[in-house]
Amino acid sequence: MAVSQLVGAKIHRREDPRLITGHGHYIDDFTRQGAAYVAFVRSPHAHARIKSIDITDASKAPGVAGVYTARDFKGQLAGTHPAAPAFVAEKKYIPERFPIAEKEVCYQGEIVAAVLADTKGQAADGANLIQVDYEELPAVMDLEKALKDGGPKVHDGAADNVSWDLTFTGPDVTDAAFKEADVVVKQRILQNRLAPVPMEPRGVLAEYETYDKKLTIWMSSQSPHFIRLFVSGAMGLKESQVRVISPDVGGGFGSKISPYPEDYLVPALSRLAERPVKWIETRTESIQNATHGRGQYYDVEVAAKTDGTLLGLRVTQFLDVGAYCGTFSAFQACACLMAGGAYKWKGISARTIGILTNRVPTDPYRGAGRPEATHLVERMVDLVAGELKMDPVEIRRKNFIQPQDFPFTQNFGLVVDSGDYEKALDVAVKLAGYDDLRKKQADLRKQGKYLGIGLSTWIELCGFGPSAATAPATGGIALVESAQVRVTPTGSVIVYTGTHSHGQGHETTFSQLAADQLGVPYESIELRHGDTSEGTAFGYGTYGSRSLAVGGVAISKAVGKVIDKGKKLAAHMLEAAEEDVVYEHGSFHVKGSPDKAKAFGEVAFASYGMSLPEGMEQGLEAVAYFDPPNLVWPFGTHIAVVEVDAETGSAKLEKYIAVDDCGNIINPMIVDGQIHGGIAQAIGQALYEEVVYDEDTGQLKTGTMIDYMVPSAGEIPPMSLDHTVTPSPTNDLGVKGIGEAGTIAASAAVINAICDALSPLGIKHVDMPATPDRLWHMMKGTSK
Amino acid sequence: MAPAERRLEGIRSMKHKVATTVNGRRHEHEVEPRLLLVHHLRDNLGLTGTHIGCDTSQCGACTILVDGKAVKSCTMFAVQAEGKSLTTIEGMAKDGELHPIQQAFWDEHGLQCGYCTPGFIMAAAYLLAQNPNPTEDEIRKGLEGNLCRCTGYVNIVKAVQTAAKTMSTAPARKTTVAAGGN
Ligand code: FES
Ligand code: FES
Repeated sequence: MAVSQLVGAKIHRREDPRLITGHGHYIDDFTRQGAAYVAFVRSPHAHARIKSIDITDASKAPGVAGVYTARDFKGQLAGTHPAAPAFVAEKKYIPERFPIAEKEVCYQGEIVAAVLADTKGQAADGANLIQVDYEELPAVMDLEKALKDGGPKVHDGAADNVSWDLTFTGPDVTDAAFKEADVVVKQRILQNRLAPVPMEPRGVLAEYETYDKKLTIWMSSQSPHFIRLFVSGAMGLKESQVRVISPDVGGGFGSKISPYPEDYLVPALSRLAERPVKWIETRTESIQNATHGRGQYYDVEVAAKTDGTLLGLRVTQFLDVGAYCGTFSAFQACACLMAGGAYKWKGISARTIGILTNRVPTDPYRGAGRPEATHLVERMVDLVAGELKMDPVEIRRKNFIQPQDFPFTQNFGLVVDSGDYEKALDVAVKLAGYDDLRKKQADLRKQGKYLGIGLSTWIELCGFGPSAATAPATGGIALVESAQVRVTPTGSVIVYTGTHSHGQGHETTFSQLAADQLGVPYESIELRHGDTSEGTAFGYGTYGSRSLAVGGVAISKAVGKVIDKGKKLAAHMLEAAEEDVVYEHGSFHVKGSPDKAKAFGEVAFASYGMSLPEGMEQGLEAVAYFDPPNLVWPFGTHIAVVEVDAETGSAKLEKYIAVDDCGNIINPMIVDGQIHGGIAQAIGQALYEEVVYDEDTGQLKTGTMIDYMVPSAGEIPPMSLDHTVTPSPTNDLGVKGIGEAGTIAASAAVINAICDALSPLGIKHVDMPATPDRLWHMMKGTSK
Repeated sequence: MAPAERRLEGIRSMKHKVATTVNGRRHEHEVEPRLLLVHHLRDNLGLTGTHIGCDTSQCGACTILVDGKAVKSCTMFAVQAEGKSLTTIEGMAKDGELHPIQQAFWDEHGLQCGYCTPGFIMAAAYLLAQNPNPTEDEIRKGLEGNLCRCTGYVNIVKAVQTAAKTMSTAPARKTTVAAGGN
């Protein structure tokens, strides 16, 4: 790599000028001449049979261009919602899912009809005139009841409600550890169901050109190529006939990866109506229909010795799948594989059960499985420490996987590439002033005040991810990443990546990377993404903290190929042997004679001219795919300081410290921003957020931002950040992902702090969200 | 259609004239009475920098200035803006010069996906007009009507602090839009 000037520097984001002046292009900013608007009629019931749909009034309403029900889509769309088998080879039951319900609705919000009209208002008015006659069926809401034989089924007539039941490792692998144990600690740990709530809801604008048989879809998506793959398949089109453009995306957090019913229906409507069709999700539609995250509980047991040595861990995950399997819902079972955290264990047994309910499907939400794993192991370690009257810092130090152990093969055979957990812990403990905090806590306790200090020494796996692991998990397509680098005759460079930023600043980070490696000015690099008709044949999208560690490396590889060709050409121009030509600071020169040189621009220009070396084709461009040999494994220590108000039960974050290690850092400003945002989302889960359905009727009770509390600036505390740098050996850049780290780490730190605060009251465990109401009841001993 | 619905339809389609000054330019339009101001700005005036993030006036993505006051433009009907002077995010940068608040959001990385950003910038403009030297706490309280899902607010608060500093030392706009780089 060239001498770094840009990599590691706080470069202002180049996407910002348009975004801060109101000139971004989000999905609702697009329209097409003659577009019709669609409003969807959705089931008000969690579970019901559709007896009839009366469209008479709606069809006659002003501006209405057409009313469509399931039957109309029969010749238009084929197949069922894609659900990756992920780890769950023994998956037994993936219910069929058509984008629009015909006979039975299985969650509140499921689409039953579509009204097309000239304006948004007319479409909504028309939708209000549709009369659906439903016969209500019992809603399956409770996971334990759902597992019982003979009870109601999520899908009428199904054999049971179990989507999967997989034992990764049986209890036998932990028998020895539990036999040896001095203490055994057991706990059930809940993971509240969360709504991702990107500030920009979803939206789709589709234009099917009847005579060209071409479809263009504009939508807010983290993975436009996957959408092209699925939608073309369902519509009976070739991928080459479909173009998906995902412009500026206003946040996603996992909820804009998988295809949704509307992603099929809007293009199909355009083909049916022979005009462009647009749909923009309302916030209520979003909370009701965008896939949820978490929604699980765990039964956990830990065996340990009196000196704090951790021995064995037994985990069963009960996961609320919702009414249908999300495309990647089974991925959340990776919580089991990550349950050991940063520690050494003699044995871990793990079983995951995916249970269907009459709720909207769950799918990955920022962290997907890793926040749950961190939360459970960090909670359990604290419970053991409490039992043994050990300091939470000490028990962690005692059990960490040590620097010399890496690469470390953990209990499930995954190879942790690198780490230095104690180093991050040390920095965090110092930054927090841990010893002083403990003194302060003791003083405050004497005054009847509840101050708590909570740790989370988190690790995660990200950067998906080796073809060998991911191709079987997705049912064929490996999660690698592609890049294309095109050099124009005048030496400017366009870099295409198959990832797609939804706030992560790829236009900046990737340009820094490419500019440095090429040794050309940052300004001469242009980064493009989000359009399936540009760049490589396939891209894999942005999720799972993979964009830099996989996509960035692919860019670096493509740049390398361009330099290699440039070297050949420069050698020819300089009349030197190729081996004697070196590339430095944007110029090719002969080893030892720096003035025998050709600038990058000169070589680029020459590549489009005549007199190329024998056999060389014109042009200077390259495509590269990067298939990482392993996942990457970031880690860190977070410390939360919380005071719980004795009168109100309200938990206030006094301090938040985060020391994270994501290997080499390209743009520290962007990295810190990712951590801030991730922490805020986990604080939301820990203290405020929960999707609540009525347990009997399945009615969503938190369908607006009034009821679903996304924290504001008043709830989120200031944060102090620091880093350690342990370069990843998995890729040439030495980088690891950081997009999800904050969310993976923080809920455990916050809840551990609350439990620590309330320990004088004998409270050992608190579930999320730790609302004032819940804490107040626990403190009063009236439990909640 | 039932008579009541027909009556309602009549009211809906009855158009009203609304004249506003937006970012210094006068506009006149005929609008349905139920049209929200935010839709008027976006759909009739093509000012798509004002965003919509909710249905219940929680998120603040649609914040603009109405006669100098921060208002969530989804809480007003277009007809209520009759005769008023509005500033949207598009009116903040002048002649290629960023407003100091915009510059500060850029400098401090006060945005990620950027969807909430126009609303935050407008809310901050009002906050700083009311209180040119806010404490961190006052900034956090003052921005409670706006939600951001990406930044954790840390750098938004910093941006407002930085803007307050620049605005108090250099009241005239000195900043320029640099060409895409550092
Ligand atoms: S759109 Fe106006 S407050 Fe959310
Ligand atoms: S920057 Fe994405 S919501 Fe604020």
